[in-house]
Amino acid sequence: MVGAAIQRRLTWQVAQVSAHVRDTPRCWRISLDVELGAWLPGQHIDVRLTASDGYQAQRSYSIASAPEERTLDLVVERLDDGEVSPYLTDELRAGDAIELRGPIGGYFVWQAGLGGPVQLIAGGSGVAPFLAMLEHHQAAGSDARLSLLYSARAEDDIIARERLDEHAQRAGVEIDITLTREAPDGWKGRIGRVDAAMLAEAVIPASEQPQVFVCGPTAFVEGVAEALVAQGHAPAVVKTERFGG
Amino acid sequence: MVISRGFLGRRRDGDRGGRLPPGQYDVGDRFPVLSAGPTPHTPLERWDFTVEIGRQPAARWSWDEFQALPHEEISVDIHCVTKWSKFDTRWSGVSLDALIEAVSAPMAAFVVGFSDGGYTTNLPLADATGGKAWIVDRYDGGPLDPEHGGPARLLVPHLYFWKSAKWVRGLRLLDHDEPGFWETLGYHNRGDPWLEQRYSGD
Amino acid sequence: MDHIAAHRLDGNAAAGRLEDVFAVEITSVRATCNGCGATAAVAELTVYADAPGTVIRCPSCEAVVMRLAQVPGSTWIDLRGARTLQIPLR
Ligand SMILES: Cc1cc2nc3c(=O)[nH]c(=O)nc-3n(C[C@H](O)[C@H](O)[C@H](O)COP(=O)(O)OP(=O)(O)OC[C@H]3O[C@@H](n4cnc5c(N)ncnc54)[C@H](O)[C@@H]3O)c2cc1C
Ligand SMILES: [Zn+2]
Repeated sequence: MVGAAIQRRLTWQVAQVSAHVRDTPRCWRISLDVELGAWLPGQHIDVRLTASDGYQAQRSYSIASAPEERTLDLVVERLDDGEVSPYLTDELRAGDAIELRGPIGGYFVWQAGLGGPVQLIAGGSGVAPFLAMLEHHQAAGSDARLSLLYSARAEDDIIARERLDEHAQRAGVEIDITLTREAPDGWKGRIGRVDAAMLAEAVIPASEQPQVFVCGPTAFVEGVAEALVAQGHAPAVVKTERFGG
Repeated sequence: MVISRGFLGRRRDGDRGGRLPPGQYDVGDRFPVLSAGPTPHTPLERWDFTVEIGRQPAARWSWDEFQALPHEEISVDIHCVTKWSKFDTRWSGVSLDALIEAVSAPMAAFVVGFSDGGYTTNLPLADATGGKAWIVDRYDGGPLDPEHGGPARLLVPHLYFWKSAKWVRGLRLLDHDEPGFWETLGYHNRGDPWLEQRYSGD
Repeated sequence: MDHIAAHRLDGNAAAGRLEDVFAVEITSVRATCNGCGATAAVAELTVYADAPGTVIRCPSCEAVVMRLAQVPGSTWIDLRGARTLQIPLR
């Protein structure tokens, strides 16, 4: 079992925003300088915002960078009617301080030492923890087979597009993107929602006993996990992380 | 603690003519859905409403019988402990006075509302009677949406909204107080928003 | 799937709040439901976080396994719904 070496209570720490960059029309990459020690790919942090009158709100965000990278990066999707995400995407600037607690998690985690094959399945911003796993896979020189099936709305919405294209060139890595709303002329990837038929075709088959990670909106994650178990993947190897609705 | 420059949360300014209790904000047209568990979806043929004395059923209404009870139209402001308030919500339902008068329970000093899914909340009899609380089965002119507590929920608008138990199935009349789901987990036993009784000890 | 179901989370979402109190990696802890006896990792439990507090339920029978509320100055935790917690040591 991959165990985080957390043997202490978590406390809130102050991080400095070192970069704040729009990645897609709806998602921003936020880089943070903070002393958290090494994190594991797949872990997340909690962010806490405090208004001047003491009102507080907290939310979880996956760590999108590998422990081998210099900054702790988040990928935050802006929900128009949300409380916290529009603040993180619209108000927060490089140089600002922000409170966070982490790293958190040891279940939804993959490290090179666990080997492969590994099937990652993401809906929307659910790709964030998998970006950390892909970077770690490269930095650690892992030869585990790593396959990502990633559902985005449109081509513009593909998060970390350039990095994903680069990862796709590496031996042992497959990046399979499906667009659910609109696909441009000449689109070579998949089209349509991730359903049982697409999973049967695109996912490393149960006979090869992949470790499976599913992440994204709750309805997406539950639908995918259910279909995978119906296709013979053992419930215990299908690990899920729900982002909510 | 770091103050997040420019962070307000969902809140808007203003006390809305004295209608906002301390620490609350006006949620406007939205009606947030808060839930401690899945939506029960009890079919109306199986739904009933029970008034218990102690733990003994003393009166019971089927859905049709409940519909036939005299309903009142209620227009009130509601206040959630998570800090949103919503003005002029319109409900229709049966007053708790009518339901409690259907049984004889001279010992009763407290009421527990109990719901499908196991949720409970407690009220002193004085907060449950005197035209201050209802079992409502209609919202804004239509049937009460399951996400908002349908088929029927408790409505106790003068207290924080967690007292207005969703999916309510009955009332238990007691001679002693039995704190409910949130009241046993650090939330205030009474929950008056105007006194800002959010947490135990407030 | 209704709005409440679409907004439910899993034990990953409650882990930060729990590790604010317990000095263990909580998502790998295995909890046995006191209602139906099913065992699951905390990460696999169902979490309702929109309510005043955090309610953590059994994925098999929906019974409450843990409840958690953060109020000023304290965290309240109710573990009555967890028959056992198995905590991996290393
Ligand atoms: C472990 C974990 C990791 C995550 N990682 C990421 C990540 O890497 N990137 C990312 O972008 N997100 C991630 N999320 C989701 C993130 O935590 C937030 O939920 C998300 O950013 C939305 O927060 P918000 O405050 O903007 O929206 P909220 O204000 O929470 O609103 C979310 C939605 O719910 C509705 N809503 C809000 N409040 C209520 C209410 N009271 N009643 C009913 N409906 C309501 C809103 O209309 C909105 O559509 C993760 C979640 C978890 C649990
Ligand atoms: Zn159970």
